[in-house]
Amino acid sequence: MKVAGLEYRGVSSIDGPLVFIDNIRGIAYDELVEITTPTGDVRLGQVLDVTASAAVIQVFGGTVGLSQEKTKARFLGSALKIPVSKDMLGRVFDGLGRPKDGLPEPLTADRRDVNGMPVNPYSREYPRDFIQTGISSIDLMNTLVRGQKLPIFSGNGLPHNRMAAQIARQAKLLSEEVEFSIVFAAMGVKYDVARFFIDSFERSGVLHNVAMFLSLADDPSAERLVTPRSALTLAEYLAFDLGMHVLVIITDMSNYCEALREIATARGEIPSRKGYPGYLYSDLASMYERAGRLRGGAGSITQMPILTMPSDDISHPIPDLTGYITEGQIVLERDMHQRGIYPPVAGLPSLSRLMKDGIGKGRTRDDHPHVASQLFAAYSKVKDIRSLASVIGEEELSPVDKLYLKFGVEFENKVVSQGEFEDRPIQRTLEIGWEVLKILPRSELLRVSEEELAMYYDEAVTIKSKK
Amino acid sequence: MNEGIITRINGPIVEARNMERAGMLEVVEVGTERLIGEVIRVRHGGLATIQVYENTSGLKPGETVYCTGRQLSVKLGPGLLGTIYDGIQRPLDRIAELSGAMIRRGEKTEPLDMNKKWHFVPTVNPGDELKPGVVYGEIQETDSIKLKLIVPPSQKPTLVKTIVPEGDYSGEETLLVAENNDTLGFYQYWPVRKPRPVVARKQLTTPLLTGLRVIDAFFPIAKGGAAAIPGGFGTGKTMTQQALAKWSDADIIVYIGCGERGNEMTEVLREFPELVDPRSGRSLMERTILIANTSNMPVAAREVSIYTGITLAEYYRDMGYHVAIMADSTSRWAEALRELSGRLEEMPADEGFPAYLPTRLASFYERAGFVETMSGTSGSVSVIGAVSPPGGDFSEPVTQHTSRFIRCFWALNRALANARHYPAISWHDSYSEYLIDIAGWWGQQDAEWKAHRDLLMEVLQEEVALQRIAKLIGPDALPDHQRLTLLVADIVKNAFLQQNSFDEIDMYCSPGKQTWMLRLLATFTERSQNLIRRGAMLADINAISALPRLLRMKSEIRNDDKTAMANLEQQISSALDAIESNLR
Repeated sequence: MKVAGLEYRGVSSIDGPLVFIDNIRGIAYDELVEITTPTGDVRLGQVLDVTASAAVIQVFGGTVGLSQEKTKARFLGSALKIPVSKDMLGRVFDGLGRPKDGLPEPLTADRRDVNGMPVNPYSREYPRDFIQTGISSIDLMNTLVRGQKLPIFSGNGLPHNRMAAQIARQAKLLSEEVEFSIVFAAMGVKYDVARFFIDSFERSGVLHNVAMFLSLADDPSAERLVTPRSALTLAEYLAFDLGMHVLVIITDMSNYCEALREIATARGEIPSRKGYPGYLYSDLASMYERAGRLRGGAGSITQMPILTMPSDDISHPIPDLTGYITEGQIVLERDMHQRGIYPPVAGLPSLSRLMKDGIGKGRTRDDHPHVASQLFAAYSKVKDIRSLASVIGEEELSPVDKLYLKFGVEFENKVVSQGEFEDRPIQRTLEIGWEVLKILPRSELLRVSEEELAMYYDEAVTIKSKK
Repeated sequence: MNEGIITRINGPIVEARNMERAGMLEVVEVGTERLIGEVIRVRHGGLATIQVYENTSGLKPGETVYCTGRQLSVKLGPGLLGTIYDGIQRPLDRIAELSGAMIRRGEKTEPLDMNKKWHFVPTVNPGDELKPGVVYGEIQETDSIKLKLIVPPSQKPTLVKTIVPEGDYSGEETLLVAENNDTLGFYQYWPVRKPRPVVARKQLTTPLLTGLRVIDAFFPIAKGGAAAIPGGFGTGKTMTQQALAKWSDADIIVYIGCGERGNEMTEVLREFPELVDPRSGRSLMERTILIANTSNMPVAAREVSIYTGITLAEYYRDMGYHVAIMADSTSRWAEALRELSGRLEEMPADEGFPAYLPTRLASFYERAGFVETMSGTSGSVSVIGAVSPPGGDFSEPVTQHTSRFIRCFWALNRALANARHYPAISWHDSYSEYLIDIAGWWGQQDAEWKAHRDLLMEVLQEEVALQRIAKLIGPDALPDHQRLTLLVADIVKNAFLQQNSFDEIDMYCSPGKQTWMLRLLATFTERSQNLIRRGAMLADINAISALPRLLRMKSEIRNDDKTAMANLEQQISSALDAIESNLR
């Protein structure tokens, strides 16, 4: 990256990941900076605040070893850009888009600003193509749609990675034969986690179709702030320039937010909740909103960010603000995980906002919306009855309530629980849904219509009684 | 033109010197790309702080700031309806033509199509008096909305000298010349932060009918009222706002997507043109204006977007229309204030929000009202603001301050949303102070409306208390009359409160059907309570064969199907008669 630019020698102060330089001129806000350490290493940084004579620079490579006198800073005249090319699929990069697999830089003249530009809401196409993930709890109850941003809210020790890998492996459209290309960004996760994904992609033979951006736990924290943006910049190129369908998996957003808080604190900004900066919402939105489809364009970006909720607290600012931006959330539940249910998708707090337009007549099956709504209503009642049973004892429950308890168990064991390599078609999932619903008396099922009851419930019951 | 020089850039906040002559809230153009900004602080020595409505990446100290001498204003005139704007009134469809799918910064374009011809019908003659409030012409803007051209408040009283005859005219043409040689055309400007003047504010007496039963019957909002919808994520704020935008009986809807998802605006854009207004029979888009400043668009423009929206609403109000504004979400707007305040290094108050948050909220919600306009007609602006409290905790500053300035509070409940009971408006935490004001209107539809709704409300409140006991000892241990309360509350929840916005019949419930449903449920409640007191068994009531039909009436009986209504009423009534006759 030999670009001519102004070079300055010496910095005035160094504070955490930030470097302050005085006596400079003509520096632009957001400009990229090349910092040369006294030992000759080159690190990249970015201008965060600039006045006529001074600048604050965030150093992606960390400030270890920098000194006041011998540090050199070269201003490169533009914001951070990464190369984009189709050849980047099958490769591994660091957070700033530099090859990490020992191979040369991708051969392309096309370099894009990692911050992207906001999509005009007028130019968006509303996402409504059902993606079959083969996981019943998602397909049936929290349907994923092409172009959606659906995060996984997890906790430490829960199988979110296995689940994300399963989705990446199984996701397909019913209407057309297209393969998803995968862009994978890892921020601050351990090497083992990255290795797990690489192995998983390798086993299912898709590695050639995956671009990875890795900023692992031992990489400097400032680099984490750029990693997801680099990944999304490539994804946008693949989807909107080349018309490909891209699935972006980002893990772990919690580490990203920690890094953001670190920089904000070092700059002495006024904190809002839990020490996170007041602009955390806007900052997260600038990434999550880079998903979707464009009108008249062929491609799409489906985003699946993973975040671990600190002490499983869904009201923590990270999951809370994420939930306000994304189109739903898949919440994993520790209790179900401990009972050996995989995937431990929590029944009630999980939600897919785009589900309503992706399912039903002509998309999955006519009864799908009503069955899902009925299962939610019944399962919510199960939760009430379980807490009642824990007080008065199961024996004291009314006969209908006992049926609900039975329904609850069957629902968790048959609908939610499935194998890690089991790919269930949506038709089969709906069948199982009706199977567990028929445990309940007909009069309890108010969310499904009379015709649907006649078609699926009555039929199921009569077949059973004939046996 | 005055010019200044940039001295510092920190995100959307830019400082400049040589700005002695720039006024507070003056619009400036910043840098070589001439990004739009607004002066928000003026300091000693000609220093000014500017908030920039576009991304400032690449801007350098030393670049020029151009003053424009005017305040941030919107352009008012025919062509607003059916359009989607960003926070500073740039039409997003034109922007898409100019810069493609991504919004390029520094893009400038006229808010309204100046080449389009409009059919103008004059309503004054030469020699007539010309003063603020006089209607000087009319245009059929859409099939259902007639736009009135009103002399702006700034006009000095004079007489009409000449006016063009009826005919088709376009943007820049002069329509009217006054005695003092002032001219009037189709368009006028109005600064967004300044409320448009009115003659008087009036009592609120008419409900804004929303077609949502839980709102209309239990927590109604009046035309000209202000309401808030607070709720954690996933509790259905946006769904409720969209349902209100679709079915409420306002003449004009201004829908502000403030710091929310891009896809939600796309959904409105795609869906509304296909939906038909149940009253006018016209496409819903013809009465709708969209303001979209999605969460990834510049934060400063988010702050101004709600003022842009309410100014457009006031413009139509002044013609005598009833306008409803949906602001989704005011929390994002408050966060924009916080972000900008933080960059200005102001002293924070609660949770980092600036101390002037309540003042700003008040000045927004107080622009709602039912008024006598300058043109002598009555019009109203109703404001419905969504609030997104962090963690769903209503004790946070935005919810708390907002509830001081509104009189209608629709609290969304997580447990209801989890059970997919929509709209998830809690009947326990919500309230409406407009109930008394508008009960008279409903009384004209059904004299016992108030009595019916009060009875059902009482049952619902009693149920909350009973549920607590039932959680300890089990519902079956309760006496029959209390179990009846549980049963009735359950029926009210399923048959009345819960409403399916995707069901063709249930999505909109007419006032006539609502009063009928209330009457049926109230009569059923009263009679069953009576029967139980006289010794009937709960099982008898539970066994009424028409109960499932009662539970499905919302989606199986059409709004105007009087026969089906009478039929069901008859069935319920004779079932109760049968139980009663067994008692004797």
